[in-house]
Amino acid sequence: MINMKDFLKGSGVIQPIWVFVIVITVFFSFMSEYFLSIGNLSNILVQTSTIGLIALGMTYVMINGNIDLSVGAVLGLAASLSVGLQDYGITIAVIAALTSGLVLGAINGLIVWKTGVNAFIVTLGAMIGVRGLIFVYTEEQSFYATNFAFSDFGTSSIGPIPVLAIIFLICTLVMHLVLKKTGHGRNTFAVGGNPEAALDAGIRIGRHMMINFIIVGFFAALAGVLLATQMGAATPNLGRDYELWTITAVVLGGTKLTGGFGSITGTLGGVLAIGILRNGMNLMQVPAFYVLVILGVILISVLIIDQRLNVHASKGVSI
Amino acid sequence: MSTAAMNRNPPQAADSSSPVLSLIDITKKFPGVVALNQVSFDVRAGEVHALLGENGAGKSTLMKVLAGKHQPNGGKIILAGEEKSFENPKQAKKSGIVLIHQEQSLVPEMSVAENIFLGSLPLKWGNRVDWKKLHADSTEILERLKCTFSSRDMVSNLSIAKKQMVEIARALVFTPRIVVFDEPTASLTDHEKPVLYDIIRNLQEQGVGIVYISHRMDEIFHLSQRISVLRDGEYNGTLNTADTSEDEVTKLMIGRTLELDHASKPKDFGENMLELRNLTVNGVFEDVSFNVRKGEIVGMYGLVGAGRSEVAETIFGLRKPSGGEILLDGKVESIRSSHDAVLEGIALVPEDRKDQGLILGMNCRDNMTLSALGSVSSMGFMKTGEEKVVYDKYQQAMKIKTPSWRQKVGNLSGGNQQKIVIGKWLHTHPKLLILDEPTRGIDVGSKAEIHALIKELARSGYAVLVISSEMPEVLGVSNRIIAMYDGRVTAEFDGDAVSEDKLVQAITGQYVTDASGPVPAASA
Amino acid sequence: MASVEQGKQAIMLNKKYKTGLLNFLSAQGILVFFLICMFAFSLFSEQFLSQSNIMTVVRQASIIGIIAVGVTVVIIGGNLDLSVGSMLSFSTVLVVDLHDKIGPAGAIILMFVFTLLIGAVNGFLIGFMRLNSLIVTLAMLSAIQGLVLIYSGGKNVDIANQSDTWFAFFGRGYVLGIAVPVILFAVLAVIVQVVMSYTSYGRRIFAVGGNPAAAVYSGIRKNWCVFSTYLISAFCVACAALVLGSRVMGSQNNVGQGYELLVLAGIILGGTSLLGGAGSIWKTIIGVLILGFIQNGLLLLGYPYYTQWLVTWVIIILAVWLDLANKRKRLFTTHS
Repeated sequence: MINMKDFLKGSGVIQPIWVFVIVITVFFSFMSEYFLSIGNLSNILVQTSTIGLIALGMTYVMINGNIDLSVGAVLGLAASLSVGLQDYGITIAVIAALTSGLVLGAINGLIVWKTGVNAFIVTLGAMIGVRGLIFVYTEEQSFYATNFAFSDFGTSSIGPIPVLAIIFLICTLVMHLVLKKTGHGRNTFAVGGNPEAALDAGIRIGRHMMINFIIVGFFAALAGVLLATQMGAATPNLGRDYELWTITAVVLGGTKLTGGFGSITGTLGGVLAIGILRNGMNLMQVPAFYVLVILGVILISVLIIDQRLNVHASKGVSI
Repeated sequence: MSTAAMNRNPPQAADSSSPVLSLIDITKKFPGVVALNQVSFDVRAGEVHALLGENGAGKSTLMKVLAGKHQPNGGKIILAGEEKSFENPKQAKKSGIVLIHQEQSLVPEMSVAENIFLGSLPLKWGNRVDWKKLHADSTEILERLKCTFSSRDMVSNLSIAKKQMVEIARALVFTPRIVVFDEPTASLTDHEKPVLYDIIRNLQEQGVGIVYISHRMDEIFHLSQRISVLRDGEYNGTLNTADTSEDEVTKLMIGRTLELDHASKPKDFGENMLELRNLTVNGVFEDVSFNVRKGEIVGMYGLVGAGRSEVAETIFGLRKPSGGEILLDGKVESIRSSHDAVLEGIALVPEDRKDQGLILGMNCRDNMTLSALGSVSSMGFMKTGEEKVVYDKYQQAMKIKTPSWRQKVGNLSGGNQQKIVIGKWLHTHPKLLILDEPTRGIDVGSKAEIHALIKELARSGYAVLVISSEMPEVLGVSNRIIAMYDGRVTAEFDGDAVSEDKLVQAITGQYVTDASGPVPAASA
Repeated sequence: MASVEQGKQAIMLNKKYKTGLLNFLSAQGILVFFLICMFAFSLFSEQFLSQSNIMTVVRQASIIGIIAVGVTVVIIGGNLDLSVGSMLSFSTVLVVDLHDKIGPAGAIILMFVFTLLIGAVNGFLIGFMRLNSLIVTLAMLSAIQGLVLIYSGGKNVDIANQSDTWFAFFGRGYVLGIAVPVILFAVLAVIVQVVMSYTSYGRRIFAVGGNPAAAVYSGIRKNWCVFSTYLISAFCVACAALVLGSRVMGSQNNVGQGYELLVLAGIILGGTSLLGGAGSIWKTIIGVLILGFIQNGLLLLGYPYYTQWLVTWVIIILAVWLDLANKRKRLFTTHS
């Protein structure tokens, strides 16, 4: 048997969130025959891909010791741009949408870097402001995709697996490898775990922070574009509250708000847990708002377990 | 001075010719303050050059200039005959100048190897880390340092001493020419220090120049060939260690001779104020029994991690005892929180002044009254006039140097900060005063003042428990000494009669057989 | 967080250098900016500085203001409260729904009881269980929103007979020509400011927020202090729900959605640091009023309402920058 404490702390081989994912999968497969069908499983993957893509970037930002509250708004802007600019061709529209994410991420990163102000404040401002940008751009109108190639993409699949799910899984794999194997990934950990030491060691803290904000901006924009292809439309309020869902998923996956600890595999587990809960309860015809309560309770439980373990391990006075 | 376990034969400088590093007329100004005024300093190859000075004398600033963290406003840095200017720490490191920090500067959730090569991970194409090379190189460095742990171990799982070794290993990544040790023994126990000394000698033999910053005279005389002194940001002379004495160095540092007055300890003791009976906290310490009488100073001596601070925290209600009793004034008390402890008349001056003792962003007055807000308020409303009276009283009694009560305590020197913490507790009119490492990181002048203050407090009737890992301090102030090792009380000594050898044996777990060894507890 | 550390250092080393007018102005940057904006708006719109317009702005800002007073106390105590938006939805739906069922008095009392209960849950988890306030209140935000929907079954609620209830007093009433919400806001702000500045309780909250460990080592009951700040926050939300419910006499399930962000934006604009141990209600009032006047001014100039969001973003960045200029100066005047 694996060491129980290591396991629960997430430093063991298996992450606790994955055990949770397995448990609810088994539970729902007993509750609904349809749950384990290929169709439903790929459905879950498509449903989670939006939050999932943002969560990949958010994991980097949070391991780095920051947070980004503006992802929902960035998603909304990218979705609107990708639909609204289709008169100039789909390619240009999508490029413009993705670029908006990169630019907004760079702005957030630059401000956090240059002012040293808490990322929470900076991105809170961006969250409000970018939503303003969407409204100014769309003038409160929803946009509908007139080019069917765009909306067909969102519903297409290769074999039995939807394209969106494939994109999400490939991105997950790449981000996992980058975090584990590259200099940037390792330095992200170093900056989050001990910024002072990283600075002394000559690691360019600001540069890594900025890159991570650009990454999360890009993924939020990508999620926005893909969501727009799924719906064939973009509304100005698209993406509201997504920052909360994303942060919830990342924290469920074991990434610490204080920085220096976390993983993409954990985040994938967190995202899937939320997706499966929503999907499963939907199949059981439980109203959607019960999921909100359950998620809140789970999030707090995770926090309690994590804290109990750490208090016990450190033998310190808990203040 | 406690030189029991050391000899005083520093190795001769390998090369006493021209210096490998020279700092010439370094000036560093911060707006409104001249932190360094034309300071010159040099290090020869294979030499340990100690850098001394009171807190705020400019040692750290000078070293930060050297390591590229600060850019000087004037002066030159000459390394191996070449003039250099470092824009950031990495450049300095690449030139062979390494600073080993006082604070732990490791990333806990990363492997030993990644920490050693922090900021200079070997990379392959595509920004990928070259793990094979990383671990091979790390293992090689760890072997040179005779470390027993693996380069793949997680740093968060290592002991403090091993973490210190990782920090030193980091210094060896680039072939170092100059290694700066800034208070390296602050977190090491007496037990672990010899390992560090071996490493320093090893570096010396390889021709590395060493700058050694410390407050501890015994270490400096043990290790160094030359001693340079800074005072108020100015260079104040260099001495050959072999030709000087501690008194002379101290005089150079503070401008007067320091005398630790061992004879002025309190003498009249009253009833038992505190008595511990088999106090136990599972997994931390067990069966701790001793007593402190009114008017008496009891010293608690032991290595870091022996459980001393934890005993104090338990008395103060911050830890829950799993067994045993705490008696105050003869009555069994259950103290469930620090709030209870204050009501019972217990005061704890904690080990970590900045993190536990003070609200650094608050002003002096507000910090001073924080533990007895009831005494300076009525119906919950603060009476600021009375607060000021209280503040003035302790400020004058302890000669706290600050421009005004409005000054944020974060701006005061260590000694003055500690006096504010002590003042805060005196104002609660406690019956039992516990001081945990009361002079850690405090300059020699303030140290003596605080020692005198402790003795004076005991003479006026306080029961005092002093926890310390500095032998001169324990010997200098205590009537009795409790020795702790590995969570247990191993011996109890008469503070005036015990020898240094016995104390060292008692805190390193060696059984004391000598008849004049432990004396029975005064009232048990 | 690197940025948090830097900020903390800046606060620790915070020295006051208000020697000249220029320094004073840069230290009060946000206030100066506020006055410039007011001046600019008044040039373009005669209506802007009229007494009735000012009263309208203050009245509209009062709901955010009332909540911000409570959240400021939480922040001074070193924590965050993101759940106030959902709590506002909850309390408003509750008081409006119960109004017709058990009468206004009973509805108000029950609403206060349940709101304080939620505050107590927050306070218990963060104060006594010592959990991270950001995540706990984030989780509560989601959970409470779910509770509201479960309670109402997803339907909007309203008061049937809107013209004939004294409940209207809180949102629509006037005393001596001043709107009741404004009076409520002012009274709460003054009381809380007095408590924070002149009582030993306030001193303890500042200590707990400034350095929790040191507060505990000084014998302060930190857990209770943190717990109490969430009760204050919940009380303020309940007052805001009273005003909101009474003003609109009906409620959507998500009526409070996003309020937590506007409240935080106001507090940040006022210049209270999110790190704890510093800040004041006065600053928060200024911040909330800035938000209100800018919204109003832009509307008077004919811009759509959402342009204020863009402007808010710009001001937050600006505030951050001005504040930074001051901190830089302070940081480098003290030797490390």
